[in-house]
Amino acid sequence: MNLQTTICNIKFKNPIIAASGTFGFGEEFNKLYDVSCLGGISSKGLTLHPKEGNEGIRVYETPSGMMNSVGLQNPGIEAFIKEGIANMRKFDTVLIANMGGHSMEDYVTGAKMLSDADIDMLELNISCPNVKSGGMAFGLKADVASEVVRAVREVCHKPLIVKLSPNAENIVDMAKACEAAGADALSLVNTFQAMAIDIHKRKAVFNNVYAGLSGAAIKPIALRMVHSVCKAVNVPVIGIGGIATAQDVLEFTMAGAAAVQIGTANFSNPLICKDILSDLEQLCQRENIHSLDEIRGII
Amino acid sequence: MNYFESNVISNKQLTDDIFVLEVERKDATAAAGQFFMLKCWDNELTLMRPISIFKAEADTLHFMYRVIGKGTQRLSQLHKGDKLQLLGALGTGYPIQQVHGRIALVGGGLGIPPLCQTAKELAAHGAEVVAHIGYRDKLFALEDFKPYCKDVLFSIEKGEIGYHGFVTDLLKPEQFDAVFTCGPEIMMRKVAAMCAEKGVACWCSMENRMACGIGACLGCSIKTTEGMKRCCKDGPVFRAETLFQ
Repeated sequence: MNLQTTICNIKFKNPIIAASGTFGFGEEFNKLYDVSCLGGISSKGLTLHPKEGNEGIRVYETPSGMMNSVGLQNPGIEAFIKEGIANMRKFDTVLIANMGGHSMEDYVTGAKMLSDADIDMLELNISCPNVKSGGMAFGLKADVASEVVRAVREVCHKPLIVKLSPNAENIVDMAKACEAAGADALSLVNTFQAMAIDIHKRKAVFNNVYAGLSGAAIKPIALRMVHSVCKAVNVPVIGIGGIATAQDVLEFTMAGAAAVQIGTANFSNPLICKDILSDLEQLCQRENIHSLDEIRGII
Repeated sequence: MNYFESNVISNKQLTDDIFVLEVERKDATAAAGQFFMLKCWDNELTLMRPISIFKAEADTLHFMYRVIGKGTQRLSQLHKGDKLQLLGALGTGYPIQQVHGRIALVGGGLGIPPLCQTAKELAAHGAEVVAHIGYRDKLFALEDFKPYCKDVLFSIEKGEIGYHGFVTDLLKPEQFDAVFTCGPEIMMRKVAAMCAEKGVACWCSMENRMACGIGACLGCSIKTTEGMKRCCKDGPVFRAETLFQ
């Protein structure tokens, strides 16, 4: 069956995209299977300057999920443009550059550089703390997020996906604000702010105390948010949040998603994206679905 | 590196909380100091568990592990014939081909098992191996070292026999051409400092929480003098001077 999907005039072979931060730049997983089978790959989150990331524990398993506080360790946008892109271009799949920032200037400068480079789409991570607002994430308040998106939109001539934080005050208002500010597409959700405590050490597990929760535990909430947002905006929505099976893909599609990203599940089974793809075809046949367009947004 | 299903051949309990799991190797590569990600569950747990290679034989792999959480608890319940998934072999192990002459191995606790495969490969490479093994209260794997070592020294913190004290008390780095160590960081720091003082090359095997195990997620990064390194891919074995100063 034909799983092809088009988002912002970019053709995806199928709706399965590897999520940022779980897949590096594709190279490691490509040693296990040909990642060109994927619809797309969203790169490790990039920042204007290289980052070493956070100290202390960075990953921690939780019931039906995990928490992470990697802290955007990455080689910086310049190094990505010099070497990273060429490596990712070896794969015949949509190249999405995921970018974060800690100030408005970082976002704009970074977006301009990436937009001029050989990427297919830019995915804007607005869940990063804003240094100038005492570390409050850009993606919490619609007016703050809107300002970033508008500024990036001005310098970005590639399709712009804005990746929403589920920690936003109101996810629907946030989605509408980003759409109005010029987002070509939305992806949601990023991780949920969460906490773990080591009772033996009598300390928080993570040095930053709070960390991001992902995996199966968040899937029903992510699905609800994707559904609400799809009802409220006209731009395509990419569903993210604990997706681990072909059934999950159909659920997000029925909720209105144009495509999905697979994140944490890559850790449970490194072949999961490939497995979901083959399962998806079979499941569609069993459910008498000829094209995902038939079921998209039917709920 | 491969992701594959294998069968349990045996799962033996050595002490209260230490087990050895033997599984079919299925043509997997395996080298001293490398590890595999293991799982024997579908959805109950999100992450696979990194376990070092205790012994790699022609048709089987042996993993020695301590039951410390839900994952290792599940592994300990495996029986002959049960299925499990493996991802590996992973990481950069000990530089067997780069060293010659007399090699000291210094292991403590669950840092002991990977040094057994290391002893085996060093012996096959023609090195003269002396193992220094530090136990807390119970001996395990001691006999497994003997076929490959000229000498096996051990210490025990609480026990009936052997030297009571730290394993580092037994080490004389100046008598060796290189030292490979694996175990608690405090022990490896001491070994590294002793080697640095005598100008002896030293390699340490690090441990960290991991998610992907293949170098993609950067969940296990550690700070080195050469920048951030992935414990799972660039390591777990690193030159001591890049880790501790």
